Amino acid sequence: MNAVQWSTLLPIVCYFAVMYFIGFYAMDLVNKASRRRGGSGAAYMEEYMTGGRGTGGFVLAMTLVATYLSAGSFIGGPGTAYTHGLAWVFLAMAQIPTGYYTLMVLGKKFAIVSRKTGAYSISDFLRARYESNAVLVIASLSIIFFLIAAMAAQLIGASRLLQGSTGLDYKTALLFFAATVVVHTAIGGFRGVVFNDTLQGMVMTLSTLALFIAIVTKGGGIANIVQDMKAVNPGMISPYGVKEGFMTVPWVSSFWVLVGFAVVGLPAVAQRAMSYKDSKSLHSGIIYGTVVSIVLLLGMHLAGAFGVTQVSGIQSGDLVIPTLITTLFHPVVAGLVLAGPLAAVMSTVDSQLLVVVAAIVNDLLVNYVKPELKEQFRTLRTITVVTCFVVGVIIVALAFNPPELMVWLNLFATAGQLSTFLWPTILGLYWKRANAQGAIASMLAGIGAYLYFNYFLPRPIGLHPIVPSLVLSLLAFIVVAKMTRKPSERVIRLFWGL
Amino acid sequence: MEEKRFLETNELGFTEDPRYRECEKEAWYGVVLGLVNLVIWAVAGYGLGSGPVESYSYIMGFPTWFFVSCIVNSVFAIAATVYIVKKKMRDMPLDPMTAEEAEEFVRNGGGRV
Repeated sequence: MNAVQWSTLLPIVCYFAVMYFIGFYAMDLVNKASRRRGGSGAAYMEEYMTGGRGTGGFVLAMTLVATYLSAGSFIGGPGTAYTHGLAWVFLAMAQIPTGYYTLMVLGKKFAIVSRKTGAYSISDFLRARYESNAVLVIASLSIIFFLIAAMAAQLIGASRLLQGSTGLDYKTALLFFAATVVVHTAIGGFRGVVFNDTLQGMVMTLSTLALFIAIVTKGGGIANIVQDMKAVNPGMISPYGVKEGFMTVPWVSSFWVLVGFAVVGLPAVAQRAMSYKDSKSLHSGIIYGTVVSIVLLLGMHLAGAFGVTQVSGIQSGDLVIPTLITTLFHPVVAGLVLAGPLAAVMSTVDSQLLVVVAAIVNDLLVNYVKPELKEQFRTLRTITVVTCFVVGVIIVALAFNPPELMVWLNLFATAGQLSTFLWPTILGLYWKRANAQGAIASMLAGIGAYLYFNYFLPRPIGLHPIVPSLVLSLLAFIVVAKMTRKPSERVIRLFWGL
Repeated sequence: MEEKRFLETNELGFTEDPRYRECEKEAWYGVVLGLVNLVIWAVAGYGLGSGPVESYSYIMGFPTWFFVSCIVNSVFAIAATVYIVKKKMRDMPLDPMTAEEAEEFVRNGGGRV
């Protein structure tokens, strides 16, 4: 273990200090706004969970992109691109639609419906639409299990990055990082998260540009670098990658579903689509979001792929980005650039944490156990903040010593969420005939099929298992909904009427 | 051209929110743009990149397959998004509407294709 690199660590510490400051500032705003609106528990919940639906365009774009882009796009993906070359960048560009797709497909209808039904979260939406305890329980459990695993995995990624680049001990790095995320989320709620995401989105952008420019300059221009990559292995500049039979056409194309079109089904992402202020915010959010997400995805993955010509022989994919940053920059600047990937993790975890807290407090506690909490501002506030800390402690404990189950759950975290939420959300919004039985069938078929394919048929007809799972999930929904009775007229009036 | 279009009641006997017609159209723009991006990506990537690496041509240093499928495609996605947002998407209130407001919205051209 090398000594702690204080010159790199200090800029990171300062950056984290800003996160706390924003958290406290947002806490103040939430309290003031909920008091102004009568000081009830319900007003607090709406403020805490959606920021009172006041998100503007630029902030909407930043929080959407920062939430969606995680350790996967900033550490893991570029690390894989280092090994497989341009083919992996090509695969990552299945995410070109990230910025516009969710916001256009859920669109204003989702915002209008969530205002009509008073929904703050995707579970609220499902509850209002399907009026079914079973749907809600499956949804909440799916959120709690898959997201806790996903968050713990993200924390592990960030702590390894801090450890690798600053020499900090793994456990110290983990506590330091996790405390920053949990505190700013717990006290600031959605507003704190959104402010932080905005700052983090900007840090991610600057960090990506700095790294990309540094690598291209060092490597003597793109043309030079590409030829150097070809010299390392011609597969590095072909769309099939360096390993025969790995990046096949159907498998790579499946990523358009896994990380492209199906992303609409991620609760933390979909929640962004209920929070914006007005249609103008949505419009500018779509444009900013598209530009920023493309710049970040292309920049980071190219940096990873180009990295092979700068530093060769990095063994672990997760170490590619930190190694490149510490090799290319002066230690202090390296600290600033490293804030980018750390921000990517933080902005994902804080939003996921909020979704989990909503699932526990709002979906389970307030709705089933103690409905009178709706009236009690102070009690509900205490419970919410405490829950946030408790979940924080759980994910830190998991990341401290990752159990077998967690590794397994994280493997299914994204696909599990997509299988649970995609069709119940989309069909609930656009298909009048969608009912609870269909939604339950679709959730169970989606998760079941995904598990089955993963274990017994890892590449069904060459595809990634998520594709047939979502197809089966859709079929199960339609068939079962057609066979069972229509949703109540009251629900249809609430959703489709004036 | 229809100048006046009154709110209609649906088969269940209630008036549907007139904004949804517009919303659904906008959702389709997203779906179609996504598919166009996918087609450009697949055709350019696999169409131009499947030959032997030795015979690749290059644009701005990148292999042509990569330049078109990833970089040109990204620029196209941004341009198309700006066009759709500026020319095709409509401003509308997002809060629940009264019947009068809905009538007004339709009269001002909302909910018409």
